[in-house]
Amino acid sequence: MSAPERDHGTTAVGRPTLELRGVDKSFGAVQVLHDVHLTVYPGKVTALVGDNGAGKSTLIKGIAGIHPFDSGEVEFEGERVTLHSPRDAAKLGIEVVYQDLALADNLDVVQNMFLGRERKRGVLLDEQSMEVAARETLAKLSVRTLKSVRQLVSSLSGGQRQTVAIAKAVLWESKLVILDEPTAALGVAQTRQVLDLVRRLADAGHAVVFITHNMVDVFEVADRVAALYLGRVAADVPIDQVDRTQVIELITSGRSGDLGLSAEDLED
Amino acid sequence: MSSNTLTAAEASGPQKPAAGFEGDRQDNTLGGAVRGYLDKLRGGDLGALPAVLGIITLGILFTVLRPGTFLTPLNLANLAVQATPIIVLAMGLVFVLLLGEIDLSAGVVSGVCSAVLAQVLVQSGFGWPVAVLAAIATGAVIGVFTGSLVGMVGIPSFVVTLALFLGWQGVTLRLIGQGGTVPVREPVIRALANENLPLAVGWALAVLVAVAYAVIELWRWRAKRARDLAHQPLVLVVLRVVLMAVVVLGVTSILSQDRALSAAVDLAGIPYAIPLVILLLLVVTFVLSRTSFGRHMYAVGGNAEAARRAGINVTRIRVLAFVISSSLAAISGILATSRLSSVTPDAGAGNTLLYAVGAAVIGGTSLFGGRGRARDALLGGLVIAIIANGLGLLGVAAYLNFVITGGVLLLAASVDALARRRAATAR
Repeated sequence: MSAPERDHGTTAVGRPTLELRGVDKSFGAVQVLHDVHLTVYPGKVTALVGDNGAGKSTLIKGIAGIHPFDSGEVEFEGERVTLHSPRDAAKLGIEVVYQDLALADNLDVVQNMFLGRERKRGVLLDEQSMEVAARETLAKLSVRTLKSVRQLVSSLSGGQRQTVAIAKAVLWESKLVILDEPTAALGVAQTRQVLDLVRRLADAGHAVVFITHNMVDVFEVADRVAALYLGRVAADVPIDQVDRTQVIELITSGRSGDLGLSAEDLED
Repeated sequence: MSSNTLTAAEASGPQKPAAGFEGDRQDNTLGGAVRGYLDKLRGGDLGALPAVLGIITLGILFTVLRPGTFLTPLNLANLAVQATPIIVLAMGLVFVLLLGEIDLSAGVVSGVCSAVLAQVLVQSGFGWPVAVLAAIATGAVIGVFTGSLVGMVGIPSFVVTLALFLGWQGVTLRLIGQGGTVPVREPVIRALANENLPLAVGWALAVLVAVAYAVIELWRWRAKRARDLAHQPLVLVVLRVVLMAVVVLGVTSILSQDRALSAAVDLAGIPYAIPLVILLLLVVTFVLSRTSFGRHMYAVGGNAEAARRAGINVTRIRVLAFVISSSLAAISGILATSRLSSVTPDAGAGNTLLYAVGAAVIGGTSLFGGRGRARDALLGGLVIAIIANGLGLLGVAAYLNFVITGGVLLLAASVDALARRRAATAR
């Protein structure tokens, strides 16, 4: 899969799609995110790694507007923005594909892809144009595993569900797609499909944030890697500046050589 | 390699997806459709099958047990009118059940609304339009109250409506008065269940319904095929259209026979309550299947968290489900009032709610949320009405009547639970 022209994010990449500066988030007395800085570029896959409890989920829920950040600056395509609700995020073009998938089992593929943003003619749902658009999007992503776009989501396999969830993001021409452990529960072949899809997503110009625990996935598909350690960003670097051991060290101890958090950060 | 696939897909163009979705095109034979239906059954989605089988078996059973009385036009017309309040109440419950909630107070809400109707007619002397509006508005307000307690305060609907089940009975008692009965002699209200459409109008309506159904179905089939969208085989569409025409015209012809017991009077035609129920059925079906509000109802019932993340206002949907349920309960109360020509303090109590929940569940609406249609209420309501009517004809003791009806609801709920388990393991 690794495309030879991949520049690993080292060359000039232009204006970032999303930039977080000094973001904090607490739940009651527990501070989950400390002074987080993160930059995400269009056409690049940024792998967000970190141990359980490092704050990955809180970070993406903040970006998605589900649990808004307490303080800090968020810039989207160079503009200061506030993310107070899922609607704010959706309006900007941020789409999150959740680990638990957030699909309604009792609805079919088309209905899920358009959920909350149905096309209408007057009061009537415009089923036909939705079906055409859903099918075009899936075809554009070279998705060939679905038997019918009118299949209920409950009848799909894990990989197919993941595919539908990702295709939804593409359908809405999202500028930033955040994938929460999309390969966690998948077999080998299905993981392959999803990783291919992630790469295609970035090649089509979307900024992609890819959360994972799997180092193989990180080095297979990512252009940049951001490591979270106890709610702080230990590193946010192009993938060719780190190796596997370093990333694992960043995840487990927050430091690796001259990369990572300073001693006083690690103190508190 | 990845970029190659992308260009390949783009080159083949969005109009002709190169591969995949073969199910959308290939299964368009009758055999394919039958296989698809059997797969659905095996997957635990029984649809209308239990209700249709129930209507047929019970019909045969009671015809055999009471040959001279059950299958007569008089009894069938009675049965249909008996079924109307159950069907309408069940239709409202479908909205609540779709969300995986329950409204145990729907029956007594219909009682409160009947009491309001009667008091407005009798005490204040307003005409029937004011009384009907007052009854429905009462239902809607009650729905806002129930829905807010469930959706905003967050009390489980089971507890809220159990409390209200008792509370509203008190209100009905207060409105009607202990031991009293308020007779309703208003001609329009009484006509709903006791008067019939003129024969010609009945036939015209029946033909209109059959033809409109055929035209809409065939037109939609053509439009889908023209745009190469997923569609059923034509044979199946035609079969459905024919079946609909047979049922509608068959029912009309039975109800158009003179069913008077004495030769001196003329009693024939479709009772007014039936077109009213059909109209409600069409409206509810339209709302649930063709509007984004309906789509959101299903989404909240299927996965409330997914719906929330998709930007759907889940609280609003919850409140509205109870508003619709209680408003339809009011209409159900009006139909019941018309049938009895009076309102008693125990209106809507007793087995009213059990009948309606049973109707929805037998019809195919799931108690676990996410699955249900308006027609479930119609088919299930007919099953319940046949049981009630048949047991009445058999002169079964009251205690047995309760036991049997309760048993039928349990049976339907078991089928629902087992189907759901089956669907979960089939994945």
